[in-house]
Amino acid sequence: MNNESFTRELVLPGDVLDAGTMKPGEGTYVDDGKIFAAMLGIKSVKSNFVNVIPLGGRYIPAPGDMIIGKVMDIGPSNWLIDIFSPYPAPLHVNEVPWRVEFGDTARYLGVGDTLLAKVLMVDETKRVQVTMKEQGLRKLQGGQIVEIAHSKVPRVIGKNGSMIQMIKTYTNCRIFIGQNGRIWMDGNMEDMAHAVQAIKMIDEGAQTLKLTERVKEFLESVYRKEE
Amino acid sequence: MGGNSDMKLIDENGIRTDGRKVDELRPIKIEAGVLKNADGSAYVEVGKNKVLAAVYGPRECHPRHMQNPAKAIIQCRYNMISFSVSDRKRPGPDRRSVEISKLISEALDYVVFTENYPRTSIDVYIEVLQANAGTRCAGLTAAAVALADAGIPMRDIVPSVAVGKVNDTVVLDLNKEEDNYGQADLPIAMIPRTGEVLLMQMDGHLTKAEFDLAMEMGVKACKEIYEVQKDALRRRYAIVNGESEEEPMEEPKDEPMEEPMEEPKDEPEMTEED
Repeated sequence: MNNESFTRELVLPGDVLDAGTMKPGEGTYVDDGKIFAAMLGIKSVKSNFVNVIPLGGRYIPAPGDMIIGKVMDIGPSNWLIDIFSPYPAPLHVNEVPWRVEFGDTARYLGVGDTLLAKVLMVDETKRVQVTMKEQGLRKLQGGQIVEIAHSKVPRVIGKNGSMIQMIKTYTNCRIFIGQNGRIWMDGNMEDMAHAVQAIKMIDEGAQTLKLTERVKEFLESVYRKEE
Repeated sequence: MGGNSDMKLIDENGIRTDGRKVDELRPIKIEAGVLKNADGSAYVEVGKNKVLAAVYGPRECHPRHMQNPAKAIIQCRYNMISFSVSDRKRPGPDRRSVEISKLISEALDYVVFTENYPRTSIDVYIEVLQANAGTRCAGLTAAAVALADAGIPMRDIVPSVAVGKVNDTVVLDLNKEEDNYGQADLPIAMIPRTGEVLLMQMDGHLTKAEFDLAMEMGVKACKEIYEVQKDALRRRYAIVNGESEEEPMEEPKDEPMEEPMEEPKDEPEMTEED
């Protein structure tokens, strides 16, 4: 890991990132032998690749992503899932852990239901397919959903899951984070409110430092009061 | 465009009605991220012009027949609010605003990497709150900042400015009087780095020499505006750079992307490997 990647430099579209020694990574483009930033974000250098880590933008599905979806529409042999992205994703009956008769789809998943799914494939025109046929993928019952920018998901998880683990231990909530920026949680009402607040804190302060400590302070202050 | 008007818009010392020199821009102020509900937004003031731009998307394109399977489409709406001019403007799209909308969306289409988001639409809304000549330029300037604020991949930020001819003199960034009683108006938008022109119209007449001079002034002014645009975005995301010196923060990319799902403890079958 290159040391350079630690200097957190904000780049804007059109900024020169490198003049030729490195390779263009994500969020960049090449023109006239130079690498330019294609979007607003933070410059990062990783194994000779220059990337721009976006600060915002919509979630674009990639195969293998775990996501939290909402059922938008029901067809006779599939459901249309809103995956918090510009592209709706069909979920075919064959990609579901149950045996569903043709036309019987509504009995299993209704409009508005939330589910944990995985992106199966994405083609060139960004047609998405999702699957639930894998261990742990299921319909999410009860609980609530928080939506944040998908670019901030890594921050909510934290290094090796430190951030989310901390929120979980303090609030005693069950939490799932989808790569698409949806977070599902279930627990008792008050705890959930605290967890939501902590997540909002991360969402707003994602670019700042010592976030983990501040969130910890916040959670500690809340739970000390209650004892 | 009044053509050959007797109105004296530039005095002997080359000072214009609002006290500017011939190659001087009006005071320009840009603010990024002013609207909470839009994906990206910007507010621009150029002299007495006040323009607000909001960007939504990329989002699913409706109606479906307008989708392009190869790239995103940019839909732009330039609108002047009824109180933006001294005589109440009849609300709703008219011939002029339809033209400007098309012009701006085509200019932006060139700069945005639309091929990254096939079948979607990127919607740009430009509202002119107060008009004082040069609103299409101010609108495009605002739209470009709003697009960058929305995190949309684009080649560069686009600045735009108008140049014109008043009392037989080429002047930069026309104001209302100069626009109404001047001899020519030439709005341009460009990518400053490459010099590619994204928008150019001309109303009135310029000689070749005047046109070359106008272009030269326009290019210089675009670079100035470009810096103001960038500065606005940097201010908006200042927290990123602020206080970041002392300690490296976790690189978002380092996070365990492979196992993004945090498992609840009551489900042992999904427990992480490590």
